[in-house]
Amino acid sequence: MELSISLAPDILFNIGSMPITNTLFWSFFVSLFLIVITLIINRSLKSVPGTLQNIVEILIEGSYLFVQTITGSNKKTKYLFPLVFTMFIFIAIANIFVFIPGQSAITLDNGEGSVPLFRAVMSDYGMVFILTIISIIAMQVAAIATNGPFKYIGKFLNFKGPLEFFLGLMDFIGELAKILSLSFRLFGNIFAGETLTAVLLFLLPFIAPLPFMFLGILTAIVQAFVFATLTLVFVTMASEKV
Amino acid sequence: MEGETLKHLAAGLAIGLGAIGPAIGEGIIASKSLEAIGRNPEAANKITPLMFAAMAITESTGIYALVVALIILFG
Repeated sequence: MELSISLAPDILFNIGSMPITNTLFWSFFVSLFLIVITLIINRSLKSVPGTLQNIVEILIEGSYLFVQTITGSNKKTKYLFPLVFTMFIFIAIANIFVFIPGQSAITLDNGEGSVPLFRAVMSDYGMVFILTIISIIAMQVAAIATNGPFKYIGKFLNFKGPLEFFLGLMDFIGELAKILSLSFRLFGNIFAGETLTAVLLFLLPFIAPLPFMFLGILTAIVQAFVFATLTLVFVTMASEKV
Repeated sequence: MEGETLKHLAAGLAIGLGAIGPAIGEGIIASKSLEAIGRNPEAANKITPLMFAAMAITESTGIYALVVALIILFG
């Protein structure tokens, strides 16, 4: 038995020149699951809710109120809630699905050897990076929409004095640093969880990995929450008048 | 020293030194929130999720160090 840990996801097969990796496959599976659940609930909406509808209602109502307390206005909440809640639910479900027993045992032969069909979606840096870029674009759009394009550029290029110019440059670096800090936080946590479980399974396969898997479930939910909340806070901060 | 040895040494140093800061920070967060719960036990439900969120954000510097160490080892 050999310990195999790789930063890049494994390629399952190619469609034309586009490689299909196992994280991409898994993320489509997660999306499909979410869409099916949404359709089921949408079709069976009742005024007296059943179990599934009750759970979803509690989740959505609670998070809507939470978003409202952070943004502090009804209008902003209406714009932001769909984006933030979709991010939260996608990341949380993708992280939780890793704990389905037996899913890592299914392997596929890609011509060079057998690779697992499933892998934690957020342990692929490309996926996390795209999610981060979406939230960064939302921030910039919010900032431009509230302050207008000239004031927005004026925040970064300020010629009133040397100190203001330097602070404007620092603001620019701060925006770039947000991309790295947001994406590395999520990616690092999930990848570290995967690596830790792999190493522990290698060292002591029976009881030892269990407490770390409980910790992993906690991390899965908390990191999804932190990513969504930070996006929310950043966009709210960007949408305030300078 | 060989290149491979230096690589292992670098990875160990990166995560070892990088873990000091977040450990202290998380300790401070835990102690302060436990103090707050001790003073006002009814607020425990409100404080606990905030504590976890704050810990996850504090932890991120440690995670950056971990990512660097993993890239050195496996990248």
